[in-house]
Amino acid sequence: MATRFKPDETFRDDYRYGNSDDAILRFPFPFTEDGYMYGVNIEPHSRPGSTGPFAVAFDVDEHYVAECAERATTLALEPGRCLVLPHMDQAQWDTLELIMESLAGDYPEDFTLERNGLDWTWTNRPLGLHQKFRFGDPTTLPHPPFEYIVRQAQGDFTLQDQRDGTLYIDGGITTTPADWSLAFDVGMTFHEWHGPVPLAHQAGVFDRALQYLMRVRYGHPARRLNWTLTINPRLDTSPENFPLWGPDRASLTPENIGAKLFLRVELQSFFRLPRSNALLFGIRTYLANLDDLTRVPKWGRRLHRVMRDLHPEVIGYKGITRYHETLIAHLAQFDDGVATSVGIGPDVANVPPAVV
Amino acid sequence: MMDGQTLTLRVADAVLVAPGLRRLHLVAADGTRLPPAAPGAHITLTLPSGHNSYTLVSADPEAGYEVIVRLTPQSRGGSRHVHDTLAPGDVLPATVPHNLFALHSQAKKHLLIGGGIGVTPMLAFVAHLRLAHAPFELHHMAVSAEIGVFETLLDARPGERVHVHAGPPGVDLGALLAVQPLGTHVYTCGPSGLMNAVESAAAALGWPDSHVHREDFGASGGEPFMLRLAKSGIDIAVAADQTMLAAIEAAGVDTPSLCRGGACGVCLAPVLEGTPEHRDHYLTPAERASSRMVMPCVSRSQSATLVLDI
Repeated sequence: MATRFKPDETFRDDYRYGNSDDAILRFPFPFTEDGYMYGVNIEPHSRPGSTGPFAVAFDVDEHYVAECAERATTLALEPGRCLVLPHMDQAQWDTLELIMESLAGDYPEDFTLERNGLDWTWTNRPLGLHQKFRFGDPTTLPHPPFEYIVRQAQGDFTLQDQRDGTLYIDGGITTTPADWSLAFDVGMTFHEWHGPVPLAHQAGVFDRALQYLMRVRYGHPARRLNWTLTINPRLDTSPENFPLWGPDRASLTPENIGAKLFLRVELQSFFRLPRSNALLFGIRTYLANLDDLTRVPKWGRRLHRVMRDLHPEVIGYKGITRYHETLIAHLAQFDDGVATSVGIGPDVANVPPAVV
Repeated sequence: MMDGQTLTLRVADAVLVAPGLRRLHLVAADGTRLPPAAPGAHITLTLPSGHNSYTLVSADPEAGYEVIVRLTPQSRGGSRHVHDTLAPGDVLPATVPHNLFALHSQAKKHLLIGGGIGVTPMLAFVAHLRLAHAPFELHHMAVSAEIGVFETLLDARPGERVHVHAGPPGVDLGALLAVQPLGTHVYTCGPSGLMNAVESAAAALGWPDSHVHREDFGASGGEPFMLRLAKSGIDIAVAADQTMLAAIEAAGVDTPSLCRGGACGVCLAPVLEGTPEHRDHYLTPAERASSRMVMPCVSRSQSATLVLDI
């Protein structure tokens, strides 16, 4: 698949961002039914018949070049967004190998990896990079190996060390966080860093998810979808920069909410790394505004029902409280009461034109 | 990558390193790279007699994997086949490496206690710890006749604390553990008697469970059993290396599933007769005890036949 990139997109300041019709159709819509509650919605990341963003290890889409530029911008402003504890050195190289192998295998027109013993050559055509280096020798790369490769990938990544019957978040890069801080969480256990999530602890979700994740095997990755809402197509919704984006919640009006409010979906993936036995956690963020999503009739109906019936604690935790009424009033026009099919598929081959 | 779940290996070399110990050098049959692996990882080979798991003594993507197989008198045929029949050039299906015996990243010191053929992960650990310049100490128990064999395999460097003892009883485990510095992790692999003794000695001295590690190949399969699907009206034989869910799907019955790892609860099925062997993380203790529900993605059957209401 030849992906056409849109290098002029921006995720801050003037927010030049949009989705093509293809990008809308392949959007990983997160709601499988007309309601939402936390659950262990993890599945193998290799199920036969997977399409779109689910069909490859690491999805590269039309926003690739612009998202890599956004990451470089954020890292230039705040280098501390990439943090890896010293005992995760092997996991750094594991990550580099996994991402390079996957991109070269899934997108041979865009990426090439040549290996001769420990002498490797990496070619990234969309970003115009050609790098010879020695695997295992960090002095042969312009950045540490983890940072080097995640600068060339979309979405955030964290590295979990598995020990003492739990997972420790011992490294990662977060330039597209949905309001959480790696600098704050680094070194925490699985249950500690999930502490703020409401309702799910009591339901045993994290106990079961941890047992599953600790058993993820090399060559058998897993995935799940998570979601929130973001005002403007802003990737860096970090607690560190809350003053820059938090006030945007007050800017939503009935007139602008369709264009300005984005469903923010995380395609989360879990890979066992072979040398370190660490778990790589990919948090790939997709953004689409309500105007785009409601062009798909099923998604418009379902968004209205899901948002209308959200548990109050979920509304609060996801930061929706201030504009929840405006949101429901806007989405109601797309819900004619017709039943929706089970599953996340759009049920249309082409995106109909906007009706409003 | 996403389909990289099984390997086809070719025997590049097979040598007898000592009477009853054969080392196999395995490479990818198509000449490509093999997945890397951490010390402590194992692979499962498909042999004519069934599936046998072996710890990787070494694993290099280009040079290949090494395993050492002990000929056991009570062999189901696996080790007999490796010793008597397998020859260079033979091709074997194998799983990708899987690690249930990992070194602990925060250990101040690694204490390795092996016995007999349990030397295999120890060889991988020692190679890794030497490269990492990490503090370690190794004690290996062997029958007198094999002490030289294991000394040769372990190939201690000057200044290293690597000892091969005649045993059992071998070394005094209580005394050995008692003098370890705080923050030491102990790893044991060998006869179950030795591994149990290490665990008991550590527990008696108040070591936390998290600092005691023993080799584990996991329990992915089990005894074969019969499955009857009451609503569908069919009987299915669940093989030893097959999950109940895979057997149901192979029989053409469409049943919901999601995580396939015992966590999400989607495949939960009502039990009409028989006693499940629960291996999931979803059911409560009370639900397990009632034997009225089972998760066919990971669980099996204690009874010869299990009847599900699907």
